[in-house]
Amino acid sequence: MSILVNKDTKLVVQGITGRDGKFHASKMKEYGTNIVAGVSPGKEGETLDGIPVFNSVAHAVKATGANTSIIFVPAAFAADAILEASDAGIALVIAISEGVPIQDMIRITPILKLNGTLLIGPNCPGLITPGEALVGILPAMIFKEGNIGFISRSGTLTYEVVNLLTQNDFGQTTCVGIGGDPVAGLYFIDLLEMFENDPETKAVVLIGEIGGDAEEQAAQYIAEKMTKPVVAFIAGQTAPPGKRMGHAGAIISSGSGTAEEKIAAFNKAGVPVAKEPGEIPELLRRRLAEQSK
Amino acid sequence: MKIHEYQARQIFRDYGIPVPDGVLCYTVYEVEKAAREMDRMVVVKAQVLAGGRGKAGGVKLARTVEDAVAAGKQILGMDIKGLTVEKVLVTDAVDIEKEFYVGLINDRNTKSITLMVSAEGGVEIEEVAKNNPEKIIKYSINPLTGLLDYQARNVAMELFGNIKLAQKAASIFIKLYKLYIETDATLAEINPLVLTPENEILAIDGKMNFDDNALFRQPKILAMREPDAEELQEIAANEKGLAYIKLDGNIGCMVNGAGLAMATMDMIKLYGGSPANFLDIGGSSNPQKVIDAMNILLSDKNVKAVMINIFGGITRCDDVAKGLIKALEIIMTDIPIVVRLSGTNAEEGLALLKETGLPTVSSMSEAAQKAIELSKR
Repeated sequence: MSILVNKDTKLVVQGITGRDGKFHASKMKEYGTNIVAGVSPGKEGETLDGIPVFNSVAHAVKATGANTSIIFVPAAFAADAILEASDAGIALVIAISEGVPIQDMIRITPILKLNGTLLIGPNCPGLITPGEALVGILPAMIFKEGNIGFISRSGTLTYEVVNLLTQNDFGQTTCVGIGGDPVAGLYFIDLLEMFENDPETKAVVLIGEIGGDAEEQAAQYIAEKMTKPVVAFIAGQTAPPGKRMGHAGAIISSGSGTAEEKIAAFNKAGVPVAKEPGEIPELLRRRLAEQSK
Repeated sequence: MKIHEYQARQIFRDYGIPVPDGVLCYTVYEVEKAAREMDRMVVVKAQVLAGGRGKAGGVKLARTVEDAVAAGKQILGMDIKGLTVEKVLVTDAVDIEKEFYVGLINDRNTKSITLMVSAEGGVEIEEVAKNNPEKIIKYSINPLTGLLDYQARNVAMELFGNIKLAQKAASIFIKLYKLYIETDATLAEINPLVLTPENEILAIDGKMNFDDNALFRQPKILAMREPDAEELQEIAANEKGLAYIKLDGNIGCMVNGAGLAMATMDMIKLYGGSPANFLDIGGSSNPQKVIDAMNILLSDKNVKAVMINIFGGITRCDDVAKGLIKALEIIMTDIPIVVRLSGTNAEEGLALLKETGLPTVSSMSEAAQKAIELSKR
């Protein structure tokens, strides 16, 4: 088992003829992800790396039964592409595009809710269920099958930590990069709930960062609802207030959203917070040992 | 992106929100002329992109032209939170019956635009939120309908308790929402919104921030940008595909990815050092990008050592190493550099760097400790 993507995933790649879309479609296919279609308006009938290309998501769904979409279109057109997938009946949309205007995301959120579409991103590296499906731009070779669930707001920091987990023999059920934007799709609590309900997942690693209060909410959720152990790490303890640290959402504004507040919330919820990424495997080992007592 | 109060007032005015008259002045002579022409009590207000101008002495009431000149002399050139005041706004001093707060923000949790109002106007809303959160009324706006008349009116009634005044205020809320949407704002604040003894409602002070991701479709807003020296450096880095924020430590960092870059800064601090900057070079191994990044890092004279931290995912470490070697051939520097490469093709990358004699390590914590050690030499 796993969450969100697996062997049954039938993926359509929106923006498949662009540079990034083309490159990552081939990487995902190489990993074994079932890519059934690509979308690029005006290019229906062509194939790319053996993947049939359609003019619209609706055509792709009709012809192939695609149930998941990944979006590589430029930021200015990303919200439109997400809605196109949602309106075509796609159940899960992963938006990789970086730099999407916040109000575009606010505008489409209620429509996704009405259609029952789940969204991950934008500005995210995607997700992977090792051994089953890679839907994103994550470097496949660092992941390994196992029973740790993984959620992160960051990209390369995810790779850093997953690499440590894999080296310490902690394989993963599913790893999800939720992205660095202030208004995004599925967030910590949604995914914690999915991991809590996934029988294969034994523990969860959560990587947060400064900005917003999603980590505080996650801490409260863990304290109230979760039986599985969670280990956390928070990036940005040395970040100055009022400055956007690369990610649009990583900013301490009006004195809130600091790493200290987030770490305190996790500590209060009984969630150990690693001082540096290297500590995560050991904390995980300890929490799992406590759990099995 | 932030703008000055006088610019926010102009946007308010363009959308029909009542704002008292004001003149922007760069010199004391201009202040004198403006005060003389207004021929009444005025307020002289520093125009800098920082909060707490009042507390810093950057806002002064002037009853006479002489007072205004004195205020202009004091305020022009003064320093507020490290920023030099280069211009002031001379504006009508309005008689105030009562002050209110009105603001719109993007709310991450509800994923909507939220209208916030409070009868506690004229003070910083963060203070009210901390000490008297019950005194803030929040209303989450449905993005599909926008802010509707009845909603604005009901919120305004809570503040004014009088339908005539509530209708005037509601019309301001709706105009504020319209301009918020049309300018891709991330914050639009009227603080204070004042009620005068003549039952007029006016926006006395305004603050607006905008979404950097949306500036591509907001040419009028972009034209208002007045970056300070630090921001100019950040914008220049951005144009080269780098995200750079200067800090006050002495260990320069160059990292691929924002989360890893933050974790790198934290790691330096954890081991007793102090990071000189945040620098995310993104996913490319292009030598030009590494050169640009090194140039920015080394332009900070506080930097005593550089820590390069790369986790190769899709980016291959051997490509990064080649880029680095090229970059270092061009940039001759005495500043010691430690390189950490891990992930895809790390071994090949490290082998290439070994030939150059650069100290290389394979873990982040080793790199941080090494950089700190080198910075002390």
